[in-house]
Amino acid sequence: MLSVNAAAIAAGLRPRMAATKAQALVAGLVVMDADPAADEEALERLALWALQRYAPIVAADPPDGLVIDTTGADHLHGGEDLMLSGMVNRFFGSGIEARAAIADTWGAAHAGARFLAHPTLVVAPGAQQETIRDLPVAALRLDPAIVHGLRVLGFNTIGEVAGVPRAPLALRFGPELGRRIDQAMGEVAEPIDPVRTPELIEVRRSFGEPIAAAETIARYAAKLVGALCLVLEERGLGARRVDLLFHRVDNTYQAIRAGTATPVRDAKRLIRLITDRIETIDPGFGIEIMSLTATHAEPLVARQVVSSLVEEPEADVSGLIDILGNRIGARRLYRFQPVASDVPERSINRIAPMAPDEGLAWPGHWPRPVRLLLHPEAIETMALLPDHPPVSFTWRGVRRRVKRADGPERVFGEWWKRDAELVAVRDYFQVEDDAGERYWIYRAGDGEHSETGSHQWFLHGIFG
Amino acid sequence: MPRPVDNTVVSELRERIQRLEGASGRGRQVLPFGVTEIDRRLPGGGLVLGSLHEVAGGGNGAIDGAAAALFCAGIAARSKGKVLWCVTRPDLFAPALAQVGLSPSRVIYVEAGDEKALLSCMEEGLRHGGLGAVVGELARLSMTASRRLQLAAESSGTLGIAIRRWRRQAEASDFGQPTASVTRWRVSVMPSVPLPVPGVGRARWLVELIRCRAGESADFEVEAPDAKGRIALPSELAHGSPEAQARRRSAAG
Repeated sequence: MLSVNAAAIAAGLRPRMAATKAQALVAGLVVMDADPAADEEALERLALWALQRYAPIVAADPPDGLVIDTTGADHLHGGEDLMLSGMVNRFFGSGIEARAAIADTWGAAHAGARFLAHPTLVVAPGAQQETIRDLPVAALRLDPAIVHGLRVLGFNTIGEVAGVPRAPLALRFGPELGRRIDQAMGEVAEPIDPVRTPELIEVRRSFGEPIAAAETIARYAAKLVGALCLVLEERGLGARRVDLLFHRVDNTYQAIRAGTATPVRDAKRLIRLITDRIETIDPGFGIEIMSLTATHAEPLVARQVVSSLVEEPEADVSGLIDILGNRIGARRLYRFQPVASDVPERSINRIAPMAPDEGLAWPGHWPRPVRLLLHPEAIETMALLPDHPPVSFTWRGVRRRVKRADGPERVFGEWWKRDAELVAVRDYFQVEDDAGERYWIYRAGDGEHSETGSHQWFLHGIFG
Repeated sequence: MPRPVDNTVVSELRERIQRLEGASGRGRQVLPFGVTEIDRRLPGGGLVLGSLHEVAGGGNGAIDGAAAALFCAGIAARSKGKVLWCVTRPDLFAPALAQVGLSPSRVIYVEAGDEKALLSCMEEGLRHGGLGAVVGELARLSMTASRRLQLAAESSGTLGIAIRRWRRQAEASDFGQPTASVTRWRVSVMPSVPLPVPGVGRARWLVELIRCRAGESADFEVEAPDAKGRIALPSELAHGSPEAQARRRSAAG
């Protein structure tokens, strides 16, 4: 048996058991034949999916892993921690239990994901040596025979193997062991050969002499973009995401990824997006090959536009959105869209900045505060029940006397969302203190029936 | 004849200064407030487009920046085109902006991780030229950073507004530091307009023009923006200050 699911583990089955023994233990066991070729193909497909979604350098790491070079990609997904947990959740959503780790080296991340991650792990930069020191030698991506041989010699952890002189070990096990240790510790570079499919549109250029100057890189990047746009035009496509890969002379890769909000075939805009990030590239001893790939392309056909000669057309800002999106992450750029809900925090919805305008609007008959606190803050008040505003309230240690007030505006819970909101009520008041500062406060509950809320007062917003 | 010589020297110098300030120096477009009292005080008769303006809140407003944000929303609502609003703390409530005429379809929010990223986003937005206004909420604004923003705004003619908003009251003294912005405003809340019935009337602010290039500082008592983003002078002030009226009344009586 090669692998078992959670239910089988609960029933006492383990990998590497004989199938007949397992069938004897559990009646009616479902046994499926292993299909390594199909597994590998699926892994390749998964790698392509990750390539479109996460980073330009992705490869399948058979039999059961993916390796992604996330350098310069994590900030687009809200940081390394969020990116990993998002990735694991996404896999979980499609029925795959995954574990993920980030480290400086492929070897350390490989070991971390399989032996330490629960279900994610971020190894601090430079900390891979301490992290993998206590892991078993099996974490080193070695041939099982070597692992077995090391066990026979009494080596259990990676730290023990790394601590002894190399020569006798190399004599016994070959150069493989030393290389794997160096790769995991970060002493030797280990390039990731990125996955590609024939459908991807790719243009490349090799250089007789390695190039390194930023201006030279920018010039050739512009030429590549021109070539890519020609191919895109032939196929009637526009790029949503382009990756520029640099093959360095020391056999490692550097990459720039640029995404756009709408399909783009405009060479000028793509060049601007790419050259914006050229400073992040470390050419090392020089770059041999540059290749530009449209990782994600969508149909883009010429469209006829109706132009009014009188009115000035509104300027197109999608180019700006792309530049900012590549700089700080597309999810940090948004517009708010009205939602038909009386509960203030639910009345807004974030949408993509270039999403079409639905023409919705909020009802404007009640004043709304310009700042809304993320979490309403509890305040101490003195108020007459049921429907009088407080006479005074204390917020963040400062007591304020209420001079004028407006309200109540009663907001009913949305019973179709949660049972807890079946009878819940909030009474909102706009209050103004002596100095003229205006606040939005509410009482949880209608002031008469205790089941409608706790009758606690909260401050929810600040008016201008 | 010393005077004509003087005049040619002066006019030559003026020309040189104008050349240094760029071709757009003269005849720049302005965005008037629509309130004569305020527009009269501003060179050109309004907020100069293609330049950076600073707005801060007074008192508690230095921390929450609520009145300052609404003041800027009113200005942005009267500009043409989309508005880029850069924040580090996402606590703006869009329905309130819609109530001063800045419809949600016009505002693109940028949530920058830190102020350095925010400044670069603002600069990029100002350089683009297709936006009506670029608003950024900042605590620190150095001379260099403000100069960059000012130059970016000049290059495209987009209105740039920096809302200064601090984490602590003590940090608000930073507002005295020199920057390259063209005007500097402070907006403080005041008790609202009294109503004949119980309730909260239209909000009133004390708007101080602390610094103004080629102009004098002044302060105004205004009413908060209406649904079109226009501020107004309180009605009892529109025909002279209350003191003047009181004096007139006492003189009459």
